[in-house]
Amino acid sequence: MRYATTVVIGAGHCGLAVSRCLTERSIDHVVLERGEVADSWRTRRWDSLRLLTPNWMTRLPGFAYRGDDPDGFLAASEVARLIGDYAEDSAAPVLTGTAVTSVRSGPRGYLVDTDGGSWHARTVVIATGAATVATVPARLVEQVPAAITTTTAADYRSPDRLPAGAVLVVGASASGIQIADEIRRSGRPVTLAAGEHVRMPRTYRGRDILWWMDASGLLDERYDEVPDLVRARNLPSMQLVGAPQMLDLNALRRGGVRLAGRFVGVREGTAQFSGSLPNVCALADLKLGRLLDTIDGWADRAGVDAAPPQRFAPTAVAGHEQSAHLGAGGIETIVWATGHRADLSFVDLGVFDRKGRVLHDGGVTTEPGLYVIGLPFLRRRKSTLIDGAAADARELTDHLAAHLDTVARRAG
Amino acid sequence: MTTSIVDNGVNVEALLGARQALAGAPEIAQFQWRSTVTWLDGTHSRADLETFFGFNEEQRHRTTFSFDIDHPLQFAAQDNGITPVEYVLVALGGCLTAGIAAIAQQRKIQLRSVQAAITAEMDLHGILGADPDVRNGFSGVRVDYTIDADATRAEIEALVAQSQKRSAVYDVLTNPTAVTVTVS
Repeated sequence: MRYATTVVIGAGHCGLAVSRCLTERSIDHVVLERGEVADSWRTRRWDSLRLLTPNWMTRLPGFAYRGDDPDGFLAASEVARLIGDYAEDSAAPVLTGTAVTSVRSGPRGYLVDTDGGSWHARTVVIATGAATVATVPARLVEQVPAAITTTTAADYRSPDRLPAGAVLVVGASASGIQIADEIRRSGRPVTLAAGEHVRMPRTYRGRDILWWMDASGLLDERYDEVPDLVRARNLPSMQLVGAPQMLDLNALRRGGVRLAGRFVGVREGTAQFSGSLPNVCALADLKLGRLLDTIDGWADRAGVDAAPPQRFAPTAVAGHEQSAHLGAGGIETIVWATGHRADLSFVDLGVFDRKGRVLHDGGVTTEPGLYVIGLPFLRRRKSTLIDGAAADARELTDHLAAHLDTVARRAG
Repeated sequence: MTTSIVDNGVNVEALLGARQALAGAPEIAQFQWRSTVTWLDGTHSRADLETFFGFNEEQRHRTTFSFDIDHPLQFAAQDNGITPVEYVLVALGGCLTAGIAAIAQQRKIQLRSVQAAITAEMDLHGILGADPDVRNGFSGVRVDYTIDADATRAEIEALVAQSQKRSAVYDVLTNPTAVTVTVS
């Protein structure tokens, strides 16, 4: 049995950011990683994927992108390398190839079991990520005929690995739009089923949209300040691609992708799509308009030197599909880009709600000394961006250190 | 700066209170709606609605509501009431408009007038069995709102969009629903 004051679970950018902050405070710790450092970036990304945030936004505690292309977007393999460099730069105490099987209460706080033995820890930080498991709508999956090839955004790699024939991409967040675009470019007929989505231009008034959101403070909006946190935490990801282009539903339609409403059922071998596409597009257009109004207002007040304001044409939805045949001659492959969730099934503690979601106040769970990081809108709008890890890691480490002080005083 | 009190006649506090209560006791959210339809003559039927189930117990309307359903003279019927498909328009317009009032109240937008013009396109070849490529139901539904309110056009459009997003009847119309019809 080994001991560490803090066990950090997961050596992605969040776990390593926490590790760096713990080292700065001389809190002894270990980072347990089931695979390699930045494992998801090595094993759970499609071939062409690039980071959605520009390189200058790759800022971690004590470390940042230093290359010669600040406005570019790193490829997945380059992100993995950068996170590896960060681990090395931090001399992070990472134990790779060590899968945590359970976290439970222990005599000194927590007992962390792994496939390589157990650890006692006073505090535990769970940094296993928000996207461990692809979520697919079970009710729909069971209706899909067995002859249809199905995959998820996490398992998808490239168009040439899919069978020939038409493809249905389900979901219009960042993954869905990119995968639909890429498969369409490979020459296949593609239908994209879109529910609620977050429409976003890549650049606005001559600058990256994330520059505006960062500079104006929108990405720093705090979890205890937003009016509807539940909604904010469940928003789909922004329709962004790691390239200097806007990939919205209008662009996809121009590229030959057929648009359909949310995939809602299968009847007699035919996929049915919701008739609500006009409204989800109207909602997304209005939301984008409000965002741009906010940005323009801030730009005026801050006196930002930028190109004049612009507005984007409404999303065109006329003629969208309401049904599609599944099977030979119709759609032969379905790619589920319906989101993902954290997998905290290894946590044997009462910190979950009735739907199995971890309960936390900005990453602080109800179990003293147990923390989570890297979840949507954990403490800020940017919490799931690489650039969001620094502030969250610092604040949670502050909380953790205060907790250790309290425990020490009580013991003394 | 105005300090006038927005009142659209919607008790938003009660609605928000219900949402809070549901969070603590999800089972009370399970509702059942009921209608009894009795054939009278020809295509004329009458629907009676009185009870429903919700908040964990049997509930009752203030009174029994009755609605005549028939088909127009042009269908060689007696026109004792509107057609079933028109009731769908009634339901959709009623649902969306109630939503607009409630959301406006919550967003502190005073409504002065709200009117929905609802149209539904239908090809009779479907229900007559004359063309298998034509569906029985609507080929499309259009709702056009004319709204006078203390708000910008974008705010009014957002009200209407949010109302669709939270509308039961809009959902019933736009998404498939399992329907089981039996004979006792």
